[in-house]
Amino acid sequence: MAQDAKQPVIVMQNVDKHFGTFQALKNINLVVNKGERLVVCGPSGSGKSTMIRCINRLEEHDGGQIFVNGHELTGDTKDIDAVRREVGMVFQSFNLFPHLTVVKNLMLAPRLVRNTSKAEAHDIAMGLLERVRIPEQADKFPVQLSGGQQQRVAIARALCMNPEIMLFDEPTSALDPEMISEVLDVMVDLAKEGMTMICVTHEMGFARSVADKIVFMDAGEIVETGPPETFFDSPKSERTKKFLSQIIQH
Amino acid sequence: MSFDFSLVIDSIPKMLMGLGLTLQLMALSAILGTALAVVLLLMRISRRWYLVWPSVTYIYIFRGTPILVQIFIIYYGLPQFEVIRESIFWPILREPFGCAVLALSLNTGAYVSEILRGGILGVDKGLGEAAAALGLSVRQRFIHITTPIAVRLAIPAYSNDIVSLMKSTALASTITLLDMMGIARTIVAETFAPYEVFISLAVIYIIMTFFIQKAFGRFERHMSRYLKREN
Repeated sequence: MAQDAKQPVIVMQNVDKHFGTFQALKNINLVVNKGERLVVCGPSGSGKSTMIRCINRLEEHDGGQIFVNGHELTGDTKDIDAVRREVGMVFQSFNLFPHLTVVKNLMLAPRLVRNTSKAEAHDIAMGLLERVRIPEQADKFPVQLSGGQQQRVAIARALCMNPEIMLFDEPTSALDPEMISEVLDVMVDLAKEGMTMICVTHEMGFARSVADKIVFMDAGEIVETGPPETFFDSPKSERTKKFLSQIIQH
Repeated sequence: MSFDFSLVIDSIPKMLMGLGLTLQLMALSAILGTALAVVLLLMRISRRWYLVWPSVTYIYIFRGTPILVQIFIIYYGLPQFEVIRESIFWPILREPFGCAVLALSLNTGAYVSEILRGGILGVDKGLGEAAAALGLSVRQRFIHITTPIAVRLAIPAYSNDIVSLMKSTALASTITLLDMMGIARTIVAETFAPYEVFISLAVIYIIMTFFIQKAFGRFERHMSRYLKREN
């Protein structure tokens, strides 16, 4: 539905990124439309994380252009602030603030960045904890929660800023197997609600059922892009075939 | 050689009359030194060369020279300068107490700023990234995320430094101050019994160390309460 409108919210044009002499991203071109759900996969070190971290400027690209909701990412802090308000991010290692309770983890950014009142921030936070199904953990500290619970808190924390786009950087890679589905369930809910999502993940089941488009990266390049059916059933590139055979064997 | 216990009983109360001065030297230098340390730290992490460079130089000099030398330079050296004698600081620098506090604070500032920097470096980088991704400014991240965690990480090293400062106050006796060490030296000069007197003094310092460590242990537990897995 939203896809029919084809309103591009993220545009990457000829993006390059180097770490010293190592080129992490090579000429990346990518368009993500509003409401689209993109899964990025590829071998480790292929630049997946670097690519999505460029979208909210946790990494600076050094060639090409990136536009997020019409703001071009340059050194200008105004644009960076604007983009970060509109883009939520979930990390592999959760990165919850250990010294704050769960509910305060959620309230911090609305309070500081949006100047939301304490009562309102608390209401928003509790509403989101309901949504990720752990309202009863509100007053605990992150360390007292399981990995799956922590990651759901991290998702709720990102949603507190009411972002239009969510970035997921291997959100289930640090989890014990039995906790993966509780996190994926929350992500599926988000997808159903029409959130624009980019997920770096190796969960191919999730990719197949939720993604509109799969992007396969290798050695800093986008090798292949396509809808999940084509990607899984008739991949074009040899590198994609090799990657798929490797992950399906295990 | 015999150990004269009656001398111990006599000298301990006398030395304790210097306890107040020892505590004043310690507390004032700890507060001023820590404040200085924060300034040095902010300069050091500012990434502006004209702030970083003076901070690094300062720390290098004060960590690289004996505190006794610093005390002597301040007490004997500074009054040589007319500018100093005519400055508003003269009433402080004229007094050995002021000189001792100044030297101890300058020294503590250098050490503590490195301790705090260690705390900051120990904060997981991912937390700053998460806060940045949520839109917090550099300043907000520093105040709300980095600082509380860095303080917790720095407590053990900081408490060591305060213990070390407490013991360094004994050096103030070299510039005529009658802190516990100063009194002990006077008693030794009168009784020619260094063994009894200094051992008694050592015991007093050990007891003080014990209490300082207790207090910091409590502070550390308070700051780490969020790391307990059980409620």
